Amino acid sequence: MEQRAKMMQALIHAILILVSITMLVPFLWMILTAFKSMGEATSVSPFVIFPSVWRTENFTTVINNLDFVNLYINTLLLIAGRVIAAVLTATLAGYAFARLQFRGRDFMFSLILFQMMVPGQIFIIPQYLMVSKMGMLNTIFALIFPGLVTAFGTFLLRQAYMGLPRDLEEAARLDGCNIGQTFLFIMAPLTRSSMVALGIFTAVFAYKDLMWPLICNRDVMPLSAALAKMQGQYSNNYPQLMAASLLACIPMIVLYLVFQKQFIEGIATSGGKL
Amino acid sequence: MGTIKKGTTRERNEFIWGWAFIFPTMLGLIVLNIIPIFQTIYQSFFKTGDFGRGNIFIGMENYIKMFGDAEVWQAVLNTFKYAIVEVPFSIAIALVLAVLLNRKMMGVSAYRTIFFLPMVAAPAAIAMVWRWLFNSEFGLLNHIFGTSINWISDPAIAVFAIAVIGIWSIIGYNMVLFLAGLQEIPRDYYEAASIDGATGINQFFNITVPLLSPTIFFVTITRVIGGLQVFDLIFMVMDKNNPALYKTQSIVYLFYQNSFVENNKGYGSTIVVLLIAIIMVVTVFQMIAQKKWVYYN
Repeated sequence: MEQRAKMMQALIHAILILVSITMLVPFLWMILTAFKSMGEATSVSPFVIFPSVWRTENFTTVINNLDFVNLYINTLLLIAGRVIAAVLTATLAGYAFARLQFRGRDFMFSLILFQMMVPGQIFIIPQYLMVSKMGMLNTIFALIFPGLVTAFGTFLLRQAYMGLPRDLEEAARLDGCNIGQTFLFIMAPLTRSSMVALGIFTAVFAYKDLMWPLICNRDVMPLSAALAKMQGQYSNNYPQLMAASLLACIPMIVLYLVFQKQFIEGIATSGGKL
Repeated sequence: MGTIKKGTTRERNEFIWGWAFIFPTMLGLIVLNIIPIFQTIYQSFFKTGDFGRGNIFIGMENYIKMFGDAEVWQAVLNTFKYAIVEVPFSIAIALVLAVLLNRKMMGVSAYRTIFFLPMVAAPAAIAMVWRWLFNSEFGLLNHIFGTSINWISDPAIAVFAIAVIGIWSIIGYNMVLFLAGLQEIPRDYYEAASIDGATGINQFFNITVPLLSPTIFFVTITRVIGGLQVFDLIFMVMDKNNPALYKTQSIVYLFYQNSFVENNKGYGSTIVVLLIAIIMVVTVFQMIAQKKWVYYN
């Protein structure tokens, strides 16, 4: 029996390690190729796995050609703008929908639910035309624009507030807090973990968004759109493409490795929308 | 008297604060999302000149054109092919991995971290590295398997090759959702089953799958919707001159192409309306089918 359990354990590890390798190989290949010369990358016999010398030219070339510093700044501003706007508006609205009684509330909330059910592509053309009319194409504002508010985040925060005990508010009110003070000092701090979850979720999806940046901006690009544009230009210089991909992935992967628990919980509890 | 008055001031307070709190969200939602829904539908009855100028009302013409457009129906077929591969495989593999990880064992969190990794990588970067792995001359895959398959330029298989990237990207995410669902199944069920002599595989099909079916259902619904909206991978993997493009471009890819490359926003809008109709039908169908397999206790 003991023997069988051990065999079972070993088998499970074998499967999991095999899957782990499958998940990691593309990343490893990205790293290895990024350090190769074009000749090494396209050598068939012998097939080259490790670069003979770990060259950094590919990195310096793409950093200069694509102006990576700018790409990082643009991506950071895009993420910061969307996260701040989404967390702020969703926290306020989530509280009102969960805890306040007022006319029109249920209808407004049904609009929130409606938005969550509609595929996002239906918003894109009118959003583009709006930004275009405002004369704001090709700006950081254009990148942030569609993410200024979040129906999904409002829903998430509403759930968080609904899970809090009522007594807290009653006690605050008896102590003379008005609704704004109750919200700000008592209730909002208690939903910090949901705010963090929403923040991470918003950040990751802002970072991954590809279609909108391609549509609204020509020059002020975040990492994702710049990679797409680069592929069009140097379509077959794989060592450089891999170096750029690696540079684009590293910041988020490092953040993920540091804040794993928050990332996984944030994205998973936020669930649903992709 | 006093209580009624107190009640009404409180009501008035909640009204004012409530609207103040939801105002930013509702304003944004109505401007950014609700009005655009109607604008897109409206736009689908127009032929668009450059940059939205010269909108000409053409009634049902876009729809008539779309129903006769072989490229659109091919894109619908491609999208379904993609989803039919991506969704079941990503769910089945994720489910097995979640069950394997749902135990006290060394390395559980390391495995979870690795499987989830693609979720935090830019899809553009993922698509590029897979394109490179799939490269028919110099790619790692053909080298390992000793083949010379044109993974992404053979029209017969390219869409499935892209679905493989989709599966690889999403397994970790599905798995984490399943792991959360598995936590809620009481251990007693498994203990009782073990005493009765049920094997691991028996337990999987007779306990895990039925009790997890609400989560599986939720993941399936969202993955099908996500799969039908596939864009990034196809856009990044397929070059304009790739011979397999016609057999891989998805509905959303055609939407992008028509709306923002060819600048015919009217026809692009019509394609979006089609996409939404398809997603609605598929979702309603799944909602009906769930009665046959989802258990709620």
